[in-house]
Amino acid sequence: MFPTPIQNYSLKVNIAYRLLLLLTLVVWLLPLIAVMLTSMRTFEDVLAGNYWTFPEETALISNYTAVFEGGKMGRFFLNSLIITLPTVFGTLFLSSLAGYSLAMHRFKLNLLVFAMFIAGNFVPFQILMIPVRNISIEMGMYNTHIGLIIFHIAFQTGFCTFFLRNFIKALPFELIEAARADGATEWIIYRKIILPLIIPALAALGVLEFTFIWNDYFWALVLTQGDSVKPITVGLDALRGQWTTSWNLVSAGSVVAALPPVIMFFILQKQFIHGLTFGAVKG
Amino acid sequence: MTFWERNQLKLAPFFFLAPAILIFLIYVIYPIIDSIWVSFHEWNGMDKSNLKPDGTPNWKWVGFKHYIMLFTDDEEFYVSLFNNIRWLIFSLLAIPIGLSLALFVNQNITGMRYIKSLFYFPFVINAVVIGVIFTWFYNPRYGALTLVLGFFGLDPIPFLADENLATYGIIIASFFPGIAYTMILYITGLTGVNREMIEAGRIDGASGFTMLWHVVLPQLKPATLIAVVVTIVGSLRSFDLIAVMTAGGPWGSSEVLAYKMYQESLFNYRMGYGAAIATILFLIMDIYIAWFLYRLFKSEKTEK
Repeated sequence: MFPTPIQNYSLKVNIAYRLLLLLTLVVWLLPLIAVMLTSMRTFEDVLAGNYWTFPEETALISNYTAVFEGGKMGRFFLNSLIITLPTVFGTLFLSSLAGYSLAMHRFKLNLLVFAMFIAGNFVPFQILMIPVRNISIEMGMYNTHIGLIIFHIAFQTGFCTFFLRNFIKALPFELIEAARADGATEWIIYRKIILPLIIPALAALGVLEFTFIWNDYFWALVLTQGDSVKPITVGLDALRGQWTTSWNLVSAGSVVAALPPVIMFFILQKQFIHGLTFGAVKG
Repeated sequence: MTFWERNQLKLAPFFFLAPAILIFLIYVIYPIIDSIWVSFHEWNGMDKSNLKPDGTPNWKWVGFKHYIMLFTDDEEFYVSLFNNIRWLIFSLLAIPIGLSLALFVNQNITGMRYIKSLFYFPFVINAVVIGVIFTWFYNPRYGALTLVLGFFGLDPIPFLADENLATYGIIIASFFPGIAYTMILYITGLTGVNREMIEAGRIDGASGFTMLWHVVLPQLKPATLIAVVVTIVGSLRSFDLIAVMTAGGPWGSSEVLAYKMYQESLFNYRMGYGAAIATILFLIMDIYIAWFLYRLFKSEKTEK
């Protein structure tokens, strides 16, 4: 263990360590604590400059209802879900097919295709912006959910193929050879052997992709226009202008926009960290 | 044997890869080439074959004009470029801070699992929310920073309204998810550190910083590498926080290349000029892409 286990030290050090740990944690979360408390305050309370005290008169319900009713947050929230979920499934499907092929098939351009997916993944968004916007307009997919979904699937396929190819490559090749010798078709091998084995990797990528797409701001800004398609990130940014100094409403809106990935993170933390640190231990 | 059965292994790669490659070519590879092409033209984004009201064409070849303009006649371009360099250098600070926090919480005490998740989760909060929170934090009238400064008897500092401070204010906001991310990387890395080597180091009398530097850090190299790559790519991609917190202001002082590109193209309708900025950003990023691919294929070869 590094650093030395705290248990090897005296009781005093142990108590001091725990206190310091708690203090650090509270300071670390201070901005978020303030937002949560503020989302429960009345407007008068906010104007009085109260940050850290627990609100005397809670406006929890009225703030959150105001956000959903007056602020169209419900629409934006739904848009985010409509965009995010199909993107996650579509990406996982396409990239598991591609990843299987790149890991288990030998053909001339294999490494080149693999390199293309990796390189594409690092590309700055701006070099894609003008043409992607034009393609969407020409195909009638500008300001539609499907336009955003298809673009996200295309872009995220790069990263996911990279991830899954390496994961599948580490599986025992004999398994596939044996199935091929038994006359199984490639599709059957993919369906019956590969897919069940890569479920942990798919879960890890799934939560990661959910977060990436839910949190997307740039592409939503470039590819949408009206309230009917906007996801919650752009929606919140727009509503902030309307609410101006009603920090209680801004805070409530922020909590709503941040919540789904946060909940997902706490429930599926293991998968999440597995996906995020892929290659961080043995690279 | 049917044709399919005989040739399956040769044809399968095509069917498995076709959908992914097709969609990737349309939405990633073609746009890169098209953007570079657009950068050599003057274009307001309208129908390419039509004329503007003043009789000049919407789409006109101008060669390297935009690049020359950027480097010789656009102060804002240099401001953006230097801000990108600032982002690059200062974002890297998240790495040692994340490492320190990771070492600090790397203990087996009751409840540590939950404490760690509370340290991690700011990473999944989107940039708009982070931006909104920090804009509020910096607000000279209502912000918590003013409150804290007031407590020490200091005047409020309008971080985001100050030309010299705005970029730093935004970078500090980016630390919140950034540090959480490097912490996750390092804690995972630390669980993989070889115990025997630590014990051997202890017997040799190494402890504290010597142990960290000579025994632990070399073993954390893969985590450090990923942290550096992701932080650098992230700093070149920085857009969301800037758009939300300052919209590039005050007076363009917190713009970066990504934001300037967006502004020129979609607000000033100078697609060609915007595309030239994007191309420069792309060329800078290519250095990292080339280096990453080189490293990857080197390790692929040694594996075989």
